[in-house]
Amino acid sequence: MNIVDLPLQEQLVLVLAALVLLSSFVLLEQARLVSAIHAFAWQGGLVAAVTGLVATAGHLPHLYISALLTLVLKALLIPWMLHRLVRRLALERHAEALHRPALVIMAAVALVIFSYWLVIPIVEQELAFTRNMVAISLAAVLIGLLMMASRPQAVLQVLGFMAMENGLFLAAVSATGGMPLVVELGVAFDVLVAMVLFGVFFLQIRESIDSLDVDRLNRLTETPEEDR
Amino acid sequence: MDHLLSSSAWLLALGQALLFAALAPGLTGWIRKAKARLQNRRGAPVLQPYRDLYKLLGKEVRVAHTASPLFRAAPYVVFVATWLAAATVPLITVDLPTAMIADIIVLVGLLALARFFLALAGMDVGTAFGGMGASREMLVSALAEPAMLLAVFTLAMTAHSTNLASVIDAHLHGPLVLRPSFLFALGALVLVAIAETGRIPVDNPSTHLELTMIHEAMILEYSGRHLALMEWAAQIKLLLYGSLIANVFFPWGIATGLEPGALAVGLAAVVLKLAALGALLATAETVLAKMRLFRVPAFLNLALLLALLGLLGHVILEVGS
Repeated sequence: MNIVDLPLQEQLVLVLAALVLLSSFVLLEQARLVSAIHAFAWQGGLVAAVTGLVATAGHLPHLYISALLTLVLKALLIPWMLHRLVRRLALERHAEALHRPALVIMAAVALVIFSYWLVIPIVEQELAFTRNMVAISLAAVLIGLLMMASRPQAVLQVLGFMAMENGLFLAAVSATGGMPLVVELGVAFDVLVAMVLFGVFFLQIRESIDSLDVDRLNRLTETPEEDR
Repeated sequence: MDHLLSSSAWLLALGQALLFAALAPGLTGWIRKAKARLQNRRGAPVLQPYRDLYKLLGKEVRVAHTASPLFRAAPYVVFVATWLAAATVPLITVDLPTAMIADIIVLVGLLALARFFLALAGMDVGTAFGGMGASREMLVSALAEPAMLLAVFTLAMTAHSTNLASVIDAHLHGPLVLRPSFLFALGALVLVAIAETGRIPVDNPSTHLELTMIHEAMILEYSGRHLALMEWAAQIKLLLYGSLIANVFFPWGIATGLEPGALAVGLAAVVLKLAALGALLATAETVLAKMRLFRVPAFLNLALLLALLGLLGHVILEVGS
C-alpha cells in the first residue's frame, strides 16, 4: 500500500512507527545506563502513541485502553522502577560502550532487512493500513534480542527484554489490531511482575558476585579467585 | 523543453548563480550576528563578511617559497567548483536549465573536487598544520560522503529521479505526505551539512586553535585574494547546504516559472527560510560544545545510520508490497 494513498493520520502512524525503530537503535547504542532507561521510556511512549493513533484511525476503541496501559506501564512506571533500582545500586554514572559498535549496528540493520524479507509473504494478504508496520515491529523484537546478546550488563539485558516486549506489542497492534483485552492485561501484569523479580535478581546477583556483569556468572568457583 | 533553451532562462540561471555568490557572505554574517546576540555580545554588523572579502581582495598575495603552481591554482579551482555546484541548486526557482544538466550526484562530485584541491593545497606548502588539516578533512569527508549519498538516494527513490528540480517538483505538487524517510533523510543531511561546512560540533569556524582546527588549518598559508576566494567558497558551500535543506524539505514558496512576481516571492521565501535556518544553526552552536576529533566518526556514523533507516523506511513503510 503506497503511503500517498493513505490519509494524513495513518501517515502519522507510520512516521511514529519509524521513530520506534529509531529508538530501538538508540537504545542499542546507548552507553550510559540512565540514558538507556530514558531511551526505553521514549520507546514506550512512542508505542503508546502509535497504539492510540491506530485506535483513532482504525476505529478500534479497545486499543485506547491498551495505549493507556502501555503509556503508564512502559513509559512511566517501569522506567521509574528501573531508575530507582539503578540509584539504589549506585549505578547512575555507570557507562559502558558497546564492544564493537559498528558491527552491532550493522547487525541490527541486517536484522531490519531480514525481518522485512520475512514479513513480505505475510503482508501480501490484505491487512489494514498497519501492515507495513509488521516488519518494523519484528525488527524491534530482533533488535531487543540482539541487545540482550551483545550487552553483558544485567540492567541493559532487562531493557533489551522489555524492548522485545514493546516490539511484540506493536506487532499485535499492527497485525491484528491488538490482542483481546484479557490477554493484554495478563501480559502487562506479567511484565510488571517480571520487573519486580528482576529487581530482586539484580540485588542477589550484585550481592553474590559484586557486579552486574552476567558474563561473570559463568564461573563455577565457590571461593574468590585470590584464595586459591 | 524548448523554453529551457531560451536565452532568458539561461540569463536567469546566471543571475541565480550570481545571487548565490552575493548572498553567501550575508548568511555567514547573519549567523555570526545571531550567535553574538545569543552570547550577549553586540557582534559585528551583518555586512562585515562583505567588507572582509573586499579588504582581502585588495591586498597583496604572499606565497611561500616552497609552494608549487598548484598552490596558486587551488583557490580558483575550489571557488569555481563550489560555485558551479551551487549553480545547480534551485535557489529561487525550480525551472532552470542548469537543473537539467546536473543532478545531485554531479553536485556531490563537484563538492568532492573542490575538497580534493583544498586538501592538496593544504599539503602543498609542507607545513605541519596544512597536512594535519588535510588529513582531518579527508577523514571527515570520507565518512560524510556515503551518508550524504544515501540521504540523496532516499530522496531520489521517492521522486524517481536524482534531479534536484524533479525532487522539489514532486514534493511541491503532490499532496502533503508525512514521509518517515524524509524525516530521517533530513536528519542525516543536517548532520552531514554540519560536518561538511565545518560548523561547531565538528569544527569551529571562528578559531585558529592548533589542536582542533580542520578547515582553517588548510588555508593557513593563504593571503590576499587567494584567502578571499577560499573563504568565499566556504561561505557559498554553507549557503548551498542551507538552500538544499530549505528548498528540498520545505519547498513552499519557491517559484516554478519564470514570471517576475513568482521570482520575487521565491526570493523572499528563500531569504526567510535561510534566516530561520541560520538562527537555528546559531542556537545549536551556542548550546553545543565542540566534540573531540575522535568522536566525529561516531557523529557521522549516526548520520549514515539515519540515512540508511530512511532508505529502509522508504522501502518498508512507504512503498508497501
